[in-house]
Amino acid sequence: MAVQTANVPPAEPVVKKESKLASVAKFREIGLLIFIILLAIGVQIRNSSFLTVENVMDMATNTAILSILAVGMMLVLVTRGIDLSIGATLALSGMLVAQIVSINSGFSPVLAVITGIGIGIFCGLIIGGLVSWLGVLPIIATLAMMNIYRGFTYMVSDGKWISSYQMSESFVGIATSSILGINTLILIAIFIYIAAYYFISHTRTGRHIYAVGSNPESAKVTGINEKKILMLVYTLMGGLSGLCGVLWVSKFASAQGDTASGFELSVIAACILGGVSIAGGSGKLSGVILGAVLIGILNNALPLMNVSPFWQKGVEGTIILVAVLLNVAVKRGVERNHLLRRRI
Amino acid sequence: MAQKNIQPYMQRTLSADRPFSTRQFFFQWEWLLAAILIGVIALNTSLSPYFLNINSLRDATMVFLDKAFIVFPMAFIMIMRDIDISVGSTVALSSVVMATVYNSLGASMEMAVVTCLLVGAICGLVNGLLIVKFKELSAVIITLATMILYRGIAYIILEDQASGNFPEWFGFFGWGYIYGIPFILILFVIVAFLFGLLLHKTTFGRHIYAIGHNDVASKFSGVNVDRVKVIVFTLAGLMSAVTAVFLASRMGSTRPNIASMYELDVIAMAALGGISTAGGKGRLIGTVIAILIVGYLQYGLGLINIPSQTLLIVVGALLLFAVIVPKLNLSRFKK
Repeated sequence: MAVQTANVPPAEPVVKKESKLASVAKFREIGLLIFIILLAIGVQIRNSSFLTVENVMDMATNTAILSILAVGMMLVLVTRGIDLSIGATLALSGMLVAQIVSINSGFSPVLAVITGIGIGIFCGLIIGGLVSWLGVLPIIATLAMMNIYRGFTYMVSDGKWISSYQMSESFVGIATSSILGINTLILIAIFIYIAAYYFISHTRTGRHIYAVGSNPESAKVTGINEKKILMLVYTLMGGLSGLCGVLWVSKFASAQGDTASGFELSVIAACILGGVSIAGGSGKLSGVILGAVLIGILNNALPLMNVSPFWQKGVEGTIILVAVLLNVAVKRGVERNHLLRRRI
Repeated sequence: MAQKNIQPYMQRTLSADRPFSTRQFFFQWEWLLAAILIGVIALNTSLSPYFLNINSLRDATMVFLDKAFIVFPMAFIMIMRDIDISVGSTVALSSVVMATVYNSLGASMEMAVVTCLLVGAICGLVNGLLIVKFKELSAVIITLATMILYRGIAYIILEDQASGNFPEWFGFFGWGYIYGIPFILILFVIVAFLFGLLLHKTTFGRHIYAIGHNDVASKFSGVNVDRVKVIVFTLAGLMSAVTAVFLASRMGSTRPNIASMYELDVIAMAALGGISTAGGKGRLIGTVIAILIVGYLQYGLGLINIPSQTLLIVVGALLLFAVIVPKLNLSRFKK
């Protein structure tokens, strides 16, 4: 019920009486934006090097991979699923591509990116098949595949790292070069956000994803092939993870067995902070991008504020928990208002 | 949807009225598990000549039984159609607190162990209360958040250091024998027995099944769903702390990154033991066999120097096997 309200903003009738909590729901993104601005000002007061062009660009570059993955994760969450395997998929595709590059130094960067995406799509297809055709719970399926992919990564790497001297200049250039002074990672992220915006809001399949998420049964009755949609969503997630695998390895110029382990939690956190509902059916790109920015600021600001890096996880966990619980409180307010309106 | 949930329950009540059928008796998940266990032991014996002797089989239990304590409450949780992925972090947090209380606050080791159990129970209690108070949120997302949070607190307390220097008697938990039987094995049998009684012979256990089948209906039938859930999640926290004690004792020290990915092993063991992820189904005897299967498989593959990372694949594959096989339509053989 409340799911649709968050989803179809323009069609919603004007609400006359609202509780204070519920009014937050309408301006959720604005609230998040204000929080981010306040946080930025706070950090800036503590350390004046925070809001320099250099640092902001740095931050954007470091957040780019997270924000790309958050797009895919949003789609998965919208269909009431979850994907814990993306860190492992990322590592596997990064490791395989790095090995290809280390053997064949003339491998073109474009081909490397395509190979990475292909590996990711393959990984995603398996998960999609498990979830849609075999009906395995997403959390169980992705928990299992996470370990299988991670294990494969260790197996193909034989426990060794692939470091920068084994990689060609052009490969490292994928993520470190810049066009018009803007890092390619940021450009790729912007491109993906534009493509995702078009896909989600202006294509039939994109709307079907939300339909399946808000109400699987009625989606089925409407004639939407739920299995196909689930398959598509996990495959997209896999493809994005594969892409990010190549970007990650190229950016850090090293591929290891434990690359990006635990990264899926940050990605899910960004989505939740951005207002994507775990119960499915609702989530906006604008929210997700703000969630990713918030996580990025936290990662960047804590060291600048001389907070020990070991606090990072604790702070992240607290913020996620508070955000999730606040979300529920807001939703309850919205629902109470709806009931009130009906009574009048 | 509703039909799917009701069907296994109806089958069970019907089978209770029916006369004893040999075919039905042998057509049970537990027999398949027993066969797999024998297969694992046979495989290990053929791989390593050192595997099949009583000392080796006995001492192997000291290595893998520590996480087995969490499997029982996890089975309860999965029967209730929930999941708890914060157990690994609870293990880390409670063991880190134990080491800190002993080393930095100068408390006695007994006090430290009690604190450890208390911290674990509180972690579980917090999970349970949040899940009950915020019903809109699934247990997945709440335990995901507390998973990050608990591990984060452990990192805040101990940063990246290890903490140990436990007194000598503390090693008894991990390495001690009573009449030639490992202490952990004895405690495991007792705990398994108690949890089995709780699940299969008490009203509380019936309530857990009822909630798994249909929590709304059980609420209207007078089951205090919230109380049952809070108790079970607290038990999961407590058993995680028990695991923490044994793990710290066996390793002689603790650090914030211990027990990472324990949740996978634990969930895999429970699912392999026949606990359905759709809720309402499963018996504890299966999980006991599943614990032995996973444990001996890991131990045996460790003996022939297969790196522990490769074992991830094995556990992941076992988990998939356990959730996919029951979905295949075997009912036509079941007549």
